[in-house]
Amino acid sequence: MKVFLIFLSAILVNNFVLQRFLGICPFLGVSKKIDTAVGMSLAVIFVMLLASVITWMLYGLLALLGLEFLKTIVFILVIAVLVQFVEIVLKKTSPGLYEALGIFLPLITTNCAILGLALLNIQNQYSLLETVFHSLGAGVGFGLALVLFAGIREQLELADVPKPFEGLAGALITAGLLSMAFSGFSGMIKL
Amino acid sequence: MEKKNLVNEFSKGLFQNNPAFVQALGMCPTLATTTSAKNGLGMGLATLSVLVLSNIVISAIRKLVPEKIRIPVYIIIIAGFVTMIDMVMHGFTYELWKTLGIFIPLIVVNCIILGRAEAFASKNGIFPSILDGLGMGIGFTLALTLLGSIRELFGAGTVFGITVWGDAFNVFIMILPAGAFLTMGLLSGLFNWIGISRAEREKQRAKLAKQQAKAGESA
Repeated sequence: MKVFLIFLSAILVNNFVLQRFLGICPFLGVSKKIDTAVGMSLAVIFVMLLASVITWMLYGLLALLGLEFLKTIVFILVIAVLVQFVEIVLKKTSPGLYEALGIFLPLITTNCAILGLALLNIQNQYSLLETVFHSLGAGVGFGLALVLFAGIREQLELADVPKPFEGLAGALITAGLLSMAFSGFSGMIKL
Repeated sequence: MEKKNLVNEFSKGLFQNNPAFVQALGMCPTLATTTSAKNGLGMGLATLSVLVLSNIVISAIRKLVPEKIRIPVYIIIIAGFVTMIDMVMHGFTYELWKTLGIFIPLIVVNCIILGRAEAFASKNGIFPSILDGLGMGIGFTLALTLLGSIRELFGAGTVFGITVWGDAFNVFIMILPAGAFLTMGLLSGLFNWIGISRAEREKQRAKLAKQQAKAGESA
């Protein structure tokens, strides 16, 4: 039951993008079209799941050796290597998916949602099962926010926006309104 | 000429190429840690220290690092300095360390730092790189402090903990995550508006000068 609550709260209550401010760069960068937003979300969910399981295990090893302070360095290296590895494997095994994800894969290394998720799993002292569900929830939450935002922006293209608010400024205001909507979920789940 | 260039390396990051407002880099910490002026300032200073230190080292070893593996090398250097800053802040400013939370280790993936390493420190000497890091870092700190002050002022009626108008006029939403997006969006719109109107005035002045020149010619 607790696992399910962690999953749900990562999607709605503590949405990674709109409530925790993790992964803002891809959120603002690749949200112009719904198709690319879906591709990016899938890539992020995939890498998040892999990265958080591996970093969770590695942190156990670091803790055994008494080297917890190295976690930032180790985690970022693992994520960078992992993204490269996933890219190579996907290219060999399923070229279709590789084509679909395209440039989003290498971009994920510098997505702070991945490193942030790995650090949050450690900070909250989750077990392996909880880590898996937290990562899934985080990924789905990221995807939900990204796709919703892309949908709004597609509509906004047709609207008459005041000139100073074209581009980044308008996107930020839209994100603010979306974030306000998600604030309605706060306090629904207490862990 | 030489001296003027060095001054320019420093000052370009302050306003003209401000990393947060103009280049829109490092948005995550900009939005997340600016719930108050103090937090914004603390986050800005932490980023500034990492930026200057990593710029120095990367500039010093720029001729030794092979082209193909430079990005991983930079990331490891940056991650090393971030770990150091993390430990220093844990030791000396525990309260701030606790509020900033995971955003201190997340300085590693702040695009400003890797961006300056790749765009500037890997091509220039140590002294210009220090100035570049200082300028960009101070520009980032100013932006964060400004954003933090505005949100604290409207959210709690104080700036840096000093009461301005107290509880008389508080907009609760400003301290919520939504407030960060809205404040940043409005500020960014304001800067765009200033930029646009300045460009238009410039254009009109040029037009006027042209007309006057023409009038002078015909007369």
